[in-house]
Amino acid sequence: MTISHLKYKIQNLKQYEVSSRENILKVVLKNQPEERALPVIDIPVTTSHEEWVEALKKRLEILHVDVREVADYAALKDLLKQEAIPQDRTVTTISELSDVSTLIEAVKEDAHSLEDVDLAIIPAHFGVAENGAMWVTESLVKYRVLPFITQQLAIVVNRKDIVYNMHQAYQRIAGTNYDFGVFIAGPSKTADIEQSLVLGAHGPKGMTLYLLG
Amino acid sequence: MHSKVTNHADAAIQFNLDEPRVDWHDKTLWFIREKRDLASHALPEWEQLREYASQIKNNVLSNLSQYLQEFEKNAIANGVIVHWAADAAEHNQIVHEILKKHKVDRMVKSKSMLTEECGLNEHLEHNGIEVIDTDLGERIVQLAKEPPSHIVLPCIHWKKEEIGELFHEHLGTDKGASDPKYLTAAAREHLRETFLTRRVALTGVNFAVAETGEFVVSTNEGNADMGAHLADVHIACMGIEKIIPKQQHLSVFLRLLARSATGQPITTYSSHFKKPQPHQEMHLVLVDNGRSVQLGKEDFRNSLKCIRCAACMNTCPVYRRSGGHSYHNAVAGPIGSILTPNFDMRVNKDLPFASTLCGSCSNVCPVKIDIHDQLYKWRQVLMKEGLGPTTKNASMKMMGWVLSKPALYDISGKAARWVLKNTPFVVSNGMNPWFKQREMPAPPKESFKEWYKKNRKN
Amino acid sequence: MRVALFIPCYVDQFYPNVAIATLELLEKHGCKVTYPLKQTCCGQPMANSGYEHEAEGCSQLFAENFAGYDYIVCPSGSCTLHIKHHLHTEKNAPEEAHIRKTVYELCEFMVDVLKVDDIKASFPHKVGMHQSCHGQRGLHLSQMSELNAEPFSKPGSLLAMVKDVELIKLDRIDECCGFGGTFCVAEEAVSAKMGKDRVADHVRHEAEYITGADMSCLMHMEGILKRQNSKTKIIHIAEILNGIDN
Repeated sequence: MTISHLKYKIQNLKQYEVSSRENILKVVLKNQPEERALPVIDIPVTTSHEEWVEALKKRLEILHVDVREVADYAALKDLLKQEAIPQDRTVTTISELSDVSTLIEAVKEDAHSLEDVDLAIIPAHFGVAENGAMWVTESLVKYRVLPFITQQLAIVVNRKDIVYNMHQAYQRIAGTNYDFGVFIAGPSKTADIEQSLVLGAHGPKGMTLYLLG
Repeated sequence: MHSKVTNHADAAIQFNLDEPRVDWHDKTLWFIREKRDLASHALPEWEQLREYASQIKNNVLSNLSQYLQEFEKNAIANGVIVHWAADAAEHNQIVHEILKKHKVDRMVKSKSMLTEECGLNEHLEHNGIEVIDTDLGERIVQLAKEPPSHIVLPCIHWKKEEIGELFHEHLGTDKGASDPKYLTAAAREHLRETFLTRRVALTGVNFAVAETGEFVVSTNEGNADMGAHLADVHIACMGIEKIIPKQQHLSVFLRLLARSATGQPITTYSSHFKKPQPHQEMHLVLVDNGRSVQLGKEDFRNSLKCIRCAACMNTCPVYRRSGGHSYHNAVAGPIGSILTPNFDMRVNKDLPFASTLCGSCSNVCPVKIDIHDQLYKWRQVLMKEGLGPTTKNASMKMMGWVLSKPALYDISGKAARWVLKNTPFVVSNGMNPWFKQREMPAPPKESFKEWYKKNRKN
Repeated sequence: MRVALFIPCYVDQFYPNVAIATLELLEKHGCKVTYPLKQTCCGQPMANSGYEHEAEGCSQLFAENFAGYDYIVCPSGSCTLHIKHHLHTEKNAPEEAHIRKTVYELCEFMVDVLKVDDIKASFPHKVGMHQSCHGQRGLHLSQMSELNAEPFSKPGSLLAMVKDVELIKLDRIDECCGFGGTFCVAEEAVSAKMGKDRVADHVRHEAEYITGADMSCLMHMEGILKRQNSKTKIIHIAEILNGIDN
């Protein structure tokens, strides 16, 4: 129990909340039907890892993600140097890239200070071929808001860390520790105005994926 | 624009006055149904996934009290402050208390159908608190001072020219500008400033995992994350039925949700909130608001399996031609028509009849809710309660009586044909709704029964 | 094989030719058909309106009329579905279960029970097939477009045996026509709009005839076609299969 939690409970605990909890649970228990078993989820994957990588590339193209295949960090650095826009504020949470971008090692200031970041380069634990989603947790981005507040997002993922579907994805996530985690599948987007797709609703307007190795 | 009519048929008449607009609305939503078909047909295991999702949700309902307690325990251990609300009023009060405690009079909110159901915005605004909806579609309808017409696509009933006009008035965009890119960029600027200056953010919840105490929020725009991560206080509100047992079950639901909703294989962001940030307070409000009672109704409980994908709305031929507001509730369409009579049978007695019982809704439902069967069952409940119009009660009684008496039926059948043939003006006038846009069938010279008696020896 | 002919009330009153075609078709394919003379209506109009409780007399009469046959066959998916799912009287006689089990819509009876593989009929026209929802989604006469599953169509396979029929393609292969029983008057605006849209799909693809296994949907669409002075006509599938060229 955190301090703020305790404080809150002591200061603001309302009698009605306690009774609501008990009442809700009582009625739910009375009304819930007899036990129904959970299914065993078994969706076999027959394709090969190389096919998954190809499927991922195809999916990302549909998601308007620019995919770049690079051999290693040295090659990635060369590429980033070549394409750097001098006046842009670029940050990264990847130590290998500290000489081409400002390295964020830990949370030091208010997250609002990131509002003018033009490009954030972050790693992902792994990617999912069926939907193009990259699994990113707080420890990889330091600031939770970073992949959302930046104008452009670049994600680096190892080629070997591509799985095919979400069942495999959650097998990888199982047992890992994170305070916040997010699947990111492309730049922020909306189609709320007459179903016309527009990139950059609130988050990044564009995304690049660097496939490493 | 929002119709105050609270009867579906009457609201549908209004909606159908502008036929080209009905065509446009129908085609827009059918396009989404087609995208859903493409996405679901591309997965060989689609029907298997629906079956898994249905079974998981059945299990949830059968263990809901245990899962709620497990979730609560784990969420508290993660540092989340958990609240319980018996009804909409208590939910609104809890949220208001949190804002008061932090001396905050403005907040951002990402899409939450639960807060629509509870009327949170109105409650807070009444108490002097400004709420800004950050989902683009929700912001549009909020500026227009009307409720969303669709749970996934809140302003699906708005044309871009009208949105351009609205933005010109409220956000100062160029007069006559209606390019979606331009309008979205304007909303982005306006809302970015808002995100940076609000200390409290409220989000909905798509799934809450009992096993880990985490909850998942799915968006395409990233508005839930922009709000929640920049705020000092994150409040998440969920109905008690949103619990799922295990983290691994997210794989099934995240594969189904966006494919069913928009045809995307997943939403852009699927955010897993487990612990608050070090400087942050994270509140979670568990809301009952009639759900625990609904759980006890055998015929209707499995509507609680709903994951709010809106596939049933997009496929519903009635919804597409009557618009979301004709259902006069936060959740419209077929699913709304079986959920809302649980809240108020009288006010929502028209909704189970706003359907042809075609069954398409049940077929697209990713958690296999028997929506059209429940619509049928609600009709029985409502009419047995005596909520039908007196004239209908009487005519149905008469019909039941005549049809149980073969001799009477033969006479009345002849009478019906005689009337049709001889006095067309009696039936072919404005009093008969059939005749408004359709001709009556031409009366034959004899019934089949009469023919049969003459032509076959029984 | 003793087959009882179950003719929906509105077909009996307004479309006797459909009933005659059904009777003749079954006889041609070797069935000994009886039409129980005391039948009236299955009770669906009341039940779908929420008045199952007023249809008890109807249901009892139905159970009395249709007891003791091998099969009950009906040229309407909707009425068949109602009996199959909702025929339960207070008496709960054992015949009721037998009736629910042996009631068939005409097309499914021809395909699944009679296993018809030859139809002596010709219909040299462009025909649009309307999938009535209760037959399709209720009785599974055809695969449903929402599902990720193998396509099939029982009425379609029968039509394929008819000489010279040209089946047209539709933009929306199984959207509801909007009839919906009392829905057609209670929600007139939406019902008529759905009907107009459904008809337009057939007309756009140059259908000379719209056919289907449910006369109620066809009656609704006929009403709209006639109001529009359209050249497109409706015809029940039994009439095509029986070899009547209108």
